[in-house]
Amino acid sequence: MIRYVITLCDGPSCMQKKSKELQEIIEKQLDNLGVRQKVQINLSGCLGMCAKGPVMVINPGYTIYGNISEKDVPEIIESHIVKKKPLAKFIVDQDHLFNRFYRVFGDVNFFGKQMRIVLRNCGIIDPENINDYLSVRGYEALAKVLTDMSPKDIIAEIKKSGLRGRGGAGFPTGFKWELAASEESLEKYIICNADEGDPGAFMDRSTIEGDPHTVIEGMIIGAYAVGAKKGIIYIRAEYPLAIKRLEKAINDARQHKFLGDDILGTKFCFDIEIRLGAGAFVCGEETALIHSIEGSRGMPRPRPPFPSVSGLFDKPTVINNVETLANIPVIILDGAKWFSSIGTEKSKGTKVFALAGKINNTGLVEVPMGTTLRQIIYDIGGGIPNNKKFKAVQTGGPSGGCLPEIYLDTKIDYESLLAAGSIMGSGGMIVIDEDSCMVNIARFFLEFTQNESCGKCTPCREGTKRMFEILTRITQGKGKEGDIEKLERLGNMIKKSSLCGLGQSAPNPVLSTIKNFREEYIEHINYKKCRAGQCQGLFNFEINEKCIGCGVCKKVCPNQAIFASPKSKYQIIQDKCIKCGLCFKVCKFNAINKILKEVNLWKRN
Amino acid sequence: MEMIDNKKIGILKDHIKSFSNKPHPESNLIAILHKAQELFGYLDKDVMNEIALFMNIPRAHIWGVATFYHFFRLKPQGKHSISICLGTACYVKGASEILDMIKSELKIDIGETTQDGLFTLIETRCLGACGLAPVIMIDEKIYGNITPKKAIEILKTFKK
Amino acid sequence: MEKKLVLVHIDDRPYQVEAGQTIMQAADKLGYHIPRLCYHPKISIEGACRVCIVEVEGMKNFVASCAFPIADGMKIRTHTKELRTARRDIVELILDNHPEDCHTCERDGICELQRLAYAMGLRHRHFEGEKKDYEKDLSSTAVIRDPNKCILCGRCVRICSEVQKVNALGHAYRGFKTVVMPAYDMPFKDSVCTTCGQCINVCPTAAFVEKNYTQELFEKLQDKKFVKIAQIAPSVRAAIGEAFGFPPGRAMHLETVACLKRLGFDYVFDTQLTADLTIMEEASEFLERLGGKGKLPMITSCSSAWMKYMEQFCPDLIENISTCKSPMSMMGALLKSYFAQKIKKNPTDILSVAVMCCTAKKYEAARPELEIDSLRAVDIVVTTREIAWMIKSAGIDFVNIKGEQFDEPLGISSGAGAIFGATGGVMEAAIRTAYELYTGETLMDIELNDLRGLSGIKEGKINIDGKEIRVAVAHGLGNASELLSIIRKDPDRFHFIEIMGCPGGCIGGGGQPYAGSNSIPLDEECLRKRAQALYDIDRGKTIRRSHENPDVQKIYKEFLGRPLGALSHKYLHTHYKPKEPRGIIPEEIKAR
Repeated sequence: MIRYVITLCDGPSCMQKKSKELQEIIEKQLDNLGVRQKVQINLSGCLGMCAKGPVMVINPGYTIYGNISEKDVPEIIESHIVKKKPLAKFIVDQDHLFNRFYRVFGDVNFFGKQMRIVLRNCGIIDPENINDYLSVRGYEALAKVLTDMSPKDIIAEIKKSGLRGRGGAGFPTGFKWELAASEESLEKYIICNADEGDPGAFMDRSTIEGDPHTVIEGMIIGAYAVGAKKGIIYIRAEYPLAIKRLEKAINDARQHKFLGDDILGTKFCFDIEIRLGAGAFVCGEETALIHSIEGSRGMPRPRPPFPSVSGLFDKPTVINNVETLANIPVIILDGAKWFSSIGTEKSKGTKVFALAGKINNTGLVEVPMGTTLRQIIYDIGGGIPNNKKFKAVQTGGPSGGCLPEIYLDTKIDYESLLAAGSIMGSGGMIVIDEDSCMVNIARFFLEFTQNESCGKCTPCREGTKRMFEILTRITQGKGKEGDIEKLERLGNMIKKSSLCGLGQSAPNPVLSTIKNFREEYIEHINYKKCRAGQCQGLFNFEINEKCIGCGVCKKVCPNQAIFASPKSKYQIIQDKCIKCGLCFKVCKFNAINKILKEVNLWKRN
Repeated sequence: MEMIDNKKIGILKDHIKSFSNKPHPESNLIAILHKAQELFGYLDKDVMNEIALFMNIPRAHIWGVATFYHFFRLKPQGKHSISICLGTACYVKGASEILDMIKSELKIDIGETTQDGLFTLIETRCLGACGLAPVIMIDEKIYGNITPKKAIEILKTFKK
Repeated sequence: MEKKLVLVHIDDRPYQVEAGQTIMQAADKLGYHIPRLCYHPKISIEGACRVCIVEVEGMKNFVASCAFPIADGMKIRTHTKELRTARRDIVELILDNHPEDCHTCERDGICELQRLAYAMGLRHRHFEGEKKDYEKDLSSTAVIRDPNKCILCGRCVRICSEVQKVNALGHAYRGFKTVVMPAYDMPFKDSVCTTCGQCINVCPTAAFVEKNYTQELFEKLQDKKFVKIAQIAPSVRAAIGEAFGFPPGRAMHLETVACLKRLGFDYVFDTQLTADLTIMEEASEFLERLGGKGKLPMITSCSSAWMKYMEQFCPDLIENISTCKSPMSMMGALLKSYFAQKIKKNPTDILSVAVMCCTAKKYEAARPELEIDSLRAVDIVVTTREIAWMIKSAGIDFVNIKGEQFDEPLGISSGAGAIFGATGGVMEAAIRTAYELYTGETLMDIELNDLRGLSGIKEGKINIDGKEIRVAVAHGLGNASELLSIIRKDPDRFHFIEIMGCPGGCIGGGGQPYAGSNSIPLDEECLRKRAQALYDIDRGKTIRRSHENPDVQKIYKEFLGRPLGALSHKYLHTHYKPKEPRGIIPEEIKAR
């Protein structure tokens, strides 16, 4: 009889840290101890604890072991399963992630820092087993709507819940459904946008890999509400595991009569098809996404007409993000009243963030709306590593902004973040410490949007290029007076004049860093100084008199820029130095200085 | 020009046919280009021509789609593809230094293939492994917490 | 049904306008010409250039007036300070990535971008940076593509795919690296391009221009070795005045003849005469086919772009195509045979120049199968634009010049030859002659209004001796392909079909003068006026039927013998064969 379930996380981080290899070792040890038949081993989607990987969970008791290696496994198994004593030294401090786990519907701790609705099953159930999903009230919401609710009831319920689109803009989902439902058309479509594009965001990937059925169930309910017979999941081709799990989940759902003709014995027919993206960030924009599904270049078109009126193949179309759809079954089961009790006045429910950058606990977090940035970064995220100073937090990816320390107590909701000068976005949250240059960060984001611009409209195509050139110039120490004003002028024009959301938000990282870190721009331009020492044009490495001639720096230099002069002291050939900083890092004698160029323009004249 | 592999073209055509009785068969162009790239390694002009004629889609349209999406390769690829993640998390943790290092080591730019045909360098958006940032992916395998030096060492293991 | 009216405010003034229009459409009618660039009324709305942005109260961002529908109570502002700055900056951004070589540019002075930059008040620059740098594609015999001058408005792509359904062009790559190009960036000559030149017509800059032969022509006109002969196509006279500031719709062939003489031509002949000749041959061929010898419906073959299109896109219809050469090639053939003999010159000493409204004629003239005794029938083809430029360049006063008549013996034409230039004209002319050839009676009611005008596909019926002859006319290759799919399904539906490659027929050809500062390229009103000029010529003539043309009768008597005779076949007929690359007519996919 199965007494224990061991769940191994096979999210990308853990997989790289050999979680799969661990499985064999566990099996071997179980055989050795003769307890194989007592234990079931599952692989699950990302648990969100990427920094502690590889991660293994033993149930019952929900004991999480992290940072385990092959040699630790036998000991853990023996202790936990045979001696029934969890092995404390490998148990991860679970406080920051899992203590407020929303595991059983209705059992919610309102006061926790995290609350899992979207990710409720991730890491708990086997995503490739539909029975696992069914055991956590899976497809119950579907049964409920098909038997007890009319499409109008569903829409009313979703409207009442206050759920807003989690893709970034925050359009009320119920209202979106209502628009499409009110169109008279025999052919309608519902599209799940899983073309997660923000660099530094992997919420959708983890949701699908960990719990594909909840997305499918959300979609079926949406289709029933708006009257769509066909659904399409548009997903990045770069996510092979997510695609595989979705395919399996769709097939299983068909076999269980959740998809296909006469769903659950009712007259309702609906099926889902997967379409792959091919690497274009702009396809997150609704009309571009539609064009991509139609087999064209992913170029947006002017709206109106909105997709709810004329979308895919010119038919009424609803497009929802993965996270939005994953909320639907919960709202149906536990009610709009319950859902709307979570969050702030205008932003209800929870939001998943991919926490990354200079932070101790990198990973996925799901928090109720209204949680502050400080709580996420310090309480959940564990603060900044290496005692570095916090500088900014970037939300909303390339469409968002960088918020400095004074905004740390900003509540996470659509309006507050917008007021602070950033956006909610799809959920990327990158923490930046004092080692990063804000001009350089702005340049990075602009390089991204500029690469991803579809090239259709002039402001975005040409304007972001010029902004990028100006920023590059500034980071190279060639900034000119008036550059900041040019950036602002272009940025504001691009925001107001571009065709689609990508262009309209592309200047945000630049404008928000100018607003919040203007002094860094001024330093770069007027004093040719980069306080973070990141802009390669603005510092040099030099070897000082402390050099003992050990030669370590010469060995690591990838570009042979270091040589020894006859008098035994090493020197750096500045022309060959690519400023990778390796020598600086390996020198044990503090013999290498990073010299920031600082020019006093007044003196020079 | 090399002759195109008829067997592979046959597989590709079967794939196209699998869509032909569904509504809007042309809309599957991207899926078909994925398949073509899987079969041939990249999107060859002659292969795109075959697709154009078989699917009745203008060549200029197919070319537009093939060049729009970064996933599609228009030139033969090296034996190993090095994808360097330039997502935000990786960037903040120094991905650009790694990129510079790999570029100078292999003497190629992004999108190019080394002369010996061993490596193709590709930049990619977030690989979803931000916890390991910075990361590179060689073929299917992700390498995390990379430094410029580590990157060179990893490349050396492929050269043997 | 009465249209619903809504109230809108434009720049604080209230207006009642019809519902269901875009802001731009409503504003146009009220006298607000909002600046614009990628917009073109003939093709789909792109909304890409963002020059036509306006402010709408309650909207966070500016909206593109070309795409945004008006709504009741809408408050629109068209030139606030912020809008003016934004538009100015957008146009500057276009210029920043555009070669600054206006003085040496083909379109200097008649360039939409130049005009726009001036109108936006762009007097100094803020944002200069990297410019694109691509190679010019000089491979085509007719159309030159210069990606550096392209501002990516996409008009060419849309006209090529939506109106012409050729799909030779597309956007490739993305972002700052976007380029409009043929598939695989292949040389234009190897693409499916039919050289119709509509891309040139709609291009706001000189990203597309015709292959220019003016310098070569200037040189050859100085060469004493040649007898220099020009022919002028019907549509040239209906449009050339526009290049000199005359309003559209004025026929100016006499002025053109006078100018060509001053440029150095020894003879100036009228292509309308060989149009009459074409009708003689074509009408005879049609009657032969009607009598059971050959395939029906018969389809005309005068339009060079259509011929290239047919060979690539619908070679299954080759047998339906009339074997007649185009009037230009017939004239060329006669010049190097009949006329050479007449003036006792060696055909190699004849410089045969065609002044055409068309870019595709440059391609046609280079077709090897049209050679006469291994000589090109037409040595140089220049467009209306090129000849207008030459006249200006040589300092000839087109505006005030006293007109001169065409030369003999190839200068008299009937009214039927004149209307060749407008869509439906060939069919109308052919019916006038076929009717008489068949019945022996003169057709009295010769103005066939069913076949006139600008609707895409026109149908007509005529009773010839108790037999109902059903005819159809299509102009623009898109309409043509639509008509062809009709006859593929129902081959007996029509007996005779006229197809012209360009919208409006030759009057809308790819070589016609660029639109002036207050008009749009391919403007329907302009096309109507050009057509009217030709119909007026027809009406003003006493000879209105091709077979009544005395010069035509003389040519048959002195040289050719009879229509469809052996010499006719040698000089006036040709054959077609399927060509690569095979064209693709998509069913559903849209250009984007």
